[in-house]
Amino acid sequence: MSVQGPQQVLELAKVSRTFGQGATAVAALREVDLTVNAGEFVAVMGPSGSGKSSLLALAGGLDRPTSGGVFVESTPMAGLGLNALARLRRRAVGYVFQDFNLVPTLSAAENVALPLELDGVPARKAHRQAVDALRQVGIPELAHRLMDEMSGGQQQRVAIARAIVGNRRLILADEPTGALDSTTGHGVMEVLRSRADAGAAVMLVTHEARHAAWADRVVFIRDGRIVDEATAMHDPAVLLAPAD
Amino acid sequence: MSIRHSLLALLQDQPRYGYQLRVEFEDRTGSTWPLNIGQVYTTLDRLDRDGLVSNDGGDGEGHVVYSITEAGRAEVQGWFATPVERSNPPRNELAIKLALAVTLPGVDVAAIIQAQRTASMRALQDYTKSRRDTAANQRAADTAWLLVLDSLIFQTEAEIRWLDLCEARMLQLAQASGARSHVRKPSNGVTVEEATPLTAENRR
Repeated sequence: MSVQGPQQVLELAKVSRTFGQGATAVAALREVDLTVNAGEFVAVMGPSGSGKSSLLALAGGLDRPTSGGVFVESTPMAGLGLNALARLRRRAVGYVFQDFNLVPTLSAAENVALPLELDGVPARKAHRQAVDALRQVGIPELAHRLMDEMSGGQQQRVAIARAIVGNRRLILADEPTGALDSTTGHGVMEVLRSRADAGAAVMLVTHEARHAAWADRVVFIRDGRIVDEATAMHDPAVLLAPAD
Repeated sequence: MSIRHSLLALLQDQPRYGYQLRVEFEDRTGSTWPLNIGQVYTTLDRLDRDGLVSNDGGDGEGHVVYSITEAGRAEVQGWFATPVERSNPPRNELAIKLALAVTLPGVDVAAIIQAQRTASMRALQDYTKSRRDTAANQRAADTAWLLVLDSLIFQTEAEIRWLDLCEARMLQLAQASGARSHVRKPSNGVTVEEATPLTAENRR
């Protein structure tokens, strides 16, 4: 741990992403600067088409910027070959996809253990860690259930368990509460919050203010630019109002 | 907020003196709406005058103790049984501000909306944090406070959703008229600095 201050886990430096070329080019992101430190929970809010999902895809190494740099634990992603990038993503980055991206023919525990096994973790150890992650999202009893035997909400929890398994340092989540009712959505926020409190860097993309409010910092994005941010004051005085 | 009915409801529980009533009220509502002790005494005087409470005299330690009368009990029952009246429609400074902003020339509406969104989000973050902390070490007395916090969270969330809708509508209007400058133009009238967002302190 650096003594100079908070440890940067994710850094986006002047990141731009343009789709298409010439007159029809569309700029999804324009020179975005953003860092997420260890132990910090950042939410990105914006209307559809504002660039928030593009931002997350770049942070997770699923896409490459047109210009600018993406750094995970100070490693520039641009300098990595495909294999090294895949390894970094398996070890350091957990990604919760909007549409889950689970393997339908595997059980919940097998899905969660998959990134660990691909990374060479012995099967039994991977299974133990997978069940532990499933416990954190509240469904340890469904470890042996196949995906097509699970509800949308249960599948979403498996997807979150897969993102947090093995103490990943950076957790990225794209609208992870979309398929869930509000009580379950609350549970998902508790999991993300507790990962951040345990030292992970967490970035959540959402259009739900109620969920964004769990973050330490809420970044507002419009037309591919960060236009403002809200930082919790955690000041009890804010709750006080004059009597009528 | 009906202080009158709140005090009556607390007296229904047991006879109390003014300072006790204030402490009980604030404890059950998490001090969200602090009571002025002078206000408590004036209200008790009026309740006494109207025959809803009776002055039981001193408790020997300099406190004047009040208890509820039959008429007072009926009043409390009526209060609980009646839905809260919506002042018609409730005065909403934010809605008034935006209604004026969109109809006056030279006002940067997008900037006003964003400044308010940031302020509301900050309040929502604080309410959410308080709720989490309270729920984590919940005492029996916290149930009432959690309900108050939930109410504040829902109100603030509704405010932010409404701001999002306002922004989307403004954008649609601007695109329809082909005059994006109407929304995006740097302000030459009201600026963000002048447009003080509603904060938790001044939102009620």
